[in-house]
Amino acid sequence: MTLPPQVPRLAIVFALAIAALVGARSFLVPASFGRFGHYRAVAVDSIAARPIHYAGRQECEECHDAIAAERIRGNHRGVACEVCHGPQAAHVTDPVNVQPPAPRDRAFCPRCHAYSQSRPTGFPQIDPAAHNPLKPCITCHDPHAPVPPIVPESCSACHGQIARLKALSHHVNLPCVTCHDVPQRHKTFPHAVRPTKPAERSFCGRCHDKAAPSSTGAPRIDLATHNPRYLCWQCHYPHYPETE
Amino acid sequence: MRDEDRSRSLPLLDRRQFVQAAVAACGTAAPLLVAVIRLPAATAQEASGAAGYDPTDHYYGMGIDIERCIGCGRCVAACKAENDVPLDASHFNTWVERYVIDNDGEVTVDSPNGGMDGFPPPASEGGMRRTFFVPKLCNHCANPPCVQVCPVGATFSTRDGVVLVDEQYCIGCRYCIQACPYGARWFHPTKHVAAKCTLCYHRLVRGLVPACVEVCPTGARIFGEVEQRATPLARFMRMNDVQVLKPHLNTKPKVYYANLDGEVR
Repeated sequence: MTLPPQVPRLAIVFALAIAALVGARSFLVPASFGRFGHYRAVAVDSIAARPIHYAGRQECEECHDAIAAERIRGNHRGVACEVCHGPQAAHVTDPVNVQPPAPRDRAFCPRCHAYSQSRPTGFPQIDPAAHNPLKPCITCHDPHAPVPPIVPESCSACHGQIARLKALSHHVNLPCVTCHDVPQRHKTFPHAVRPTKPAERSFCGRCHDKAAPSSTGAPRIDLATHNPRYLCWQCHYPHYPETE
Repeated sequence: MRDEDRSRSLPLLDRRQFVQAAVAACGTAAPLLVAVIRLPAATAQEASGAAGYDPTDHYYGMGIDIERCIGCGRCVAACKAENDVPLDASHFNTWVERYVIDNDGEVTVDSPNGGMDGFPPPASEGGMRRTFFVPKLCNHCANPPCVQVCPVGATFSTRDGVVLVDEQYCIGCRYCIQACPYGARWFHPTKHVAAKCTLCYHRLVRGLVPACVEVCPTGARIFGEVEQRATPLARFMRMNDVQVLKPHLNTKPKVYYANLDGEVR
């Protein structure tokens, strides 16, 4: 029983093709390809070996411990050093020749503290055009432990969004304390001590009930029948009441 | 009759000869096949830049609290400095979007220079229903479409859950940029390869947090382990109602948003 002559010939052709494939693959496919998945494992090493630019606040605090201790007690306790001083890994390796910048011009602080309606309520914001326009911020505020130089008198220091909306509304002439009792400690511990909100319908009714003695042109409703289930501010926004 | 016909045309093997030949052929071909397929050998060899870092101990994700973001853009600037991203207005690993929803429900989204230089005042203040900032970055999906489409295996998920690009292996075909539903990838103008957020992998292996997390002044970005229980990210996910972007695409993103508006895409 012998094989037909074309079978060994074909077998040689197949063997050569497979050998060529194996040879080409071992030449073309990188050595580490497929070690952990369908990729070159050494690529992870080269990405991991990239240099860092931001050293991290722990590195800063090893030398600048006095400033760190001051910062941790102030309102900037969550703000890393390199937010203002820039990436400082080079300063960590060569502290003498590489000196970090300290931004002192007025353009810098408003990046966080300029008024923007999109910013969350309660975040301290100012209008840079109106807030002591010629003074650098650091004249009055220590950036490592910032506090308002005087405890804020006007609520708009933090509640700029409400203040600006109210300025556009029919309630423009009402001071905040008409409706809110503000404990003094709210100005120093804004989250722990909160102002009050009107808790009774009769409060708004003092101006808006049809029987109210107010002589202004305030819109009137019958407090007894006008959606008595709800407090007024659950539907109406008192800082910018609808006008229709 | 038929057997005789066939025996004339073909030299038939009997069953024993056929089996012997087949076994011999398989025995010869098997080592070659193994060499061709090259089953991934999970060796103990470490792929990491820093000594003492074990990628199998980690599985990273990020939390973003929309209520805390003030849109200062420090994360965008830090990311560009840390990762040598071109400073022009069209290449970002992370960027901040401003959403403005007016009283008619019309949504306007803008991100001038990625939010790096702040945002100009919006058109009207009184007519706004709500407005907020949304930081965005690569979601480091557990089921990443970009990795699926890469024809050469140049983009991949590491064992610690980070999606990376192998710059030396990328052929610059841009399929992954098309495939990413979050627009998180971009084409490097000088290297001519796909580029993206690495979650600052070079910092992670050194025990640092990503640069955007390091500089976020309000703690709106929370970095940590997805699968461990005592980490900042685990606490964030315990204390907040979190959502991911485009969950219907089944990409299983690992960037978790708290207080996310339904209008955010």
